[in-house]
Amino acid sequence: MASIKTYDETLPSRPDYVARLGAWAINTNLAMGDMGVFFLSTLYGILRWPGRRTISETLAQMYEMGTKSIPVVMVAGGFIGAVLAVETLPQFREIGLASRVGSVIVISVVKQVGPILTAVMLAGRLGGAMTAELGTMRVTEQIDALRVMGADPIRTLVVPRVLACVIMAPILTLYSDAIGILGGWVVAVQVEGVRNYPFWHYAAQSTDLFTVNVGLVKAFFFGIVISTVACYKGFRCGNGAQGVGRACTEAFVTGFCLILLSNFILALGLNNLYNALYPNQPSVL
Amino acid sequence: MVDTLPGTSSALPALIRFENIYKSFGSQVVLNGVSIAFTEGQTTVVLGPSGTGKSVLLKHIVGLLQPDAGQVYYRDERIDHLSDRDMSPIRKKIGFLFQLSALFDSMTVGDNVAFPLRTHSRLSKADIDDRVAERLAMVGMENSERKMPGELSGGQRKRVALARAIALNPELVLYDEPTTGLDPIRSDVINELILKLHEELKVSAIVVTHDLASAFKVGERMVILMGGGIIADGSADDLRSHRDPRVQQFITGRADEADLRALHRI
Ligand SMILES: Nc1ncnc2c1ncn2[C@@H]1O[C@H](COP(=O)(O)OP(=O)(O)OP(=O)(O)O)[C@@H](O)[C@H]1O
Ligand SMILES: [Mg+2]
Repeated sequence: MASIKTYDETLPSRPDYVARLGAWAINTNLAMGDMGVFFLSTLYGILRWPGRRTISETLAQMYEMGTKSIPVVMVAGGFIGAVLAVETLPQFREIGLASRVGSVIVISVVKQVGPILTAVMLAGRLGGAMTAELGTMRVTEQIDALRVMGADPIRTLVVPRVLACVIMAPILTLYSDAIGILGGWVVAVQVEGVRNYPFWHYAAQSTDLFTVNVGLVKAFFFGIVISTVACYKGFRCGNGAQGVGRACTEAFVTGFCLILLSNFILALGLNNLYNALYPNQPSVL
Repeated sequence: MVDTLPGTSSALPALIRFENIYKSFGSQVVLNGVSIAFTEGQTTVVLGPSGTGKSVLLKHIVGLLQPDAGQVYYRDERIDHLSDRDMSPIRKKIGFLFQLSALFDSMTVGDNVAFPLRTHSRLSKADIDDRVAERLAMVGMENSERKMPGELSGGQRKRVALARAIALNPELVLYDEPTTGLDPIRSDVINELILKLHEELKVSAIVVTHDLASAFKVGERMVILMGGGIIADGSADDLRSHRDPRVQQFITGRADEADLRALHRI
């Protein structure tokens, strides 16, 4: 785990913007390569059968992440579902289709809002905590101590966190989906007086298993992105409390951008998959 | 080696050998061609001003840092380029006391001391518990197994870290400032512990310290690291009679003229 070399030192003292741009490009490439290597060694740590201790640590992490994130994920999901109903219902009512509002709420929640919202919540809530914890361990030489005492830091610290996050992200997304739909239902049916049966009828008609799975597949990948970025930033954090703070911010910003980027790529890919699987139906993605 | 008298320490084989080690961080050169051999069975004290690279030197021995150039040998095996996995059998034989203790915050004191036993040995649970209790008693921290590191003072953490470093009966112990942050009586207990390990178990030791009393008490050989190189190497008496003014200034602990002038300007 050699630290990456940066090329700042080779710069001349006068501001030479071409050289600076070049140095930035080289350093960015090195950082990306470094992160790739980090990710691959994590993957290797997962694929080599994780030992009993890694598994119990994973379960502990899952418990941590689950219990602490469910409230925030549910609150956020519920309000977004409610807002969707508030904003779309007048439009649907105008064209006399108020009873179909269930379908649009369910599709938006299950495919986009649920996974993305959960991912952003997790990036802030879990990612920050992971980066801070691992960063502090690095700064106080605990990661070095692990290595000296014959424990692989990736296996001991990173693998349980990544596994736990990858498993928990889809589960939490399901919670967020359920509460989001419920939020929409409360506004549409309980407050605005849409009839109960058509709400659920159209909601069910517009969703199939594939649609739900799209959300869960996304959540799976978001789980990988959030945990890998958070652990990586923690492992590579600079010195002192300031270094830890900066690493946390960077982890959130990088994680957030990568979530949006992978959402876009996954949407394209899954759309093509849908067209290949069901060639005669119009794409609903 | 042939011409040294039998019985002198230099006739013993070198346990750790540095050959022409260079190490920089960015543009800051820390080790500038350091060559030194640490003798088996001996306690060597490394002295030097703060920030001169003493901790960096120790980290090269356990492979936490790799030199930019030069070689590190453990007995006759070259170790400076080994991967973590290949390094593992060597690390097993070395106890490392970190300068900042580096206790695992998320584990109890007992689990911290048991950690190297669990990763590196096949001892049963009962044997591990016994060993942990014994090592904690050696550093005066008996019955603290269930405490968390966060509940301890700095000096107590250091002692727990020391118990952890010697848990596996290492053949070489690297002490990075073992007495820093301890009261004088505790410091002396730690000095006695270092001496006891050395005399009874024939443990080799490298002690980095700023505590001159401790250095003269435990050190059979003293080395001063300054400005990226070794400027003095010998017995305590050699150092006391050393001609280099930097050495004299260091072992008598006098402030530099330039530093004093800077103070007077305030
Ligand atoms: N990982 C690192 N990255 C960058 N610089 C480092 C690193 N480790 C050490 N240094 C630098 O190397 C120099 C020597 O550090 P080292 O910790 O070895 O000093 P030391 O002799 O142990 O000092 P002290 O007695 O205060 O502990 C310092 O100037 C430090 O800034
Ligand atoms: Mg030091």
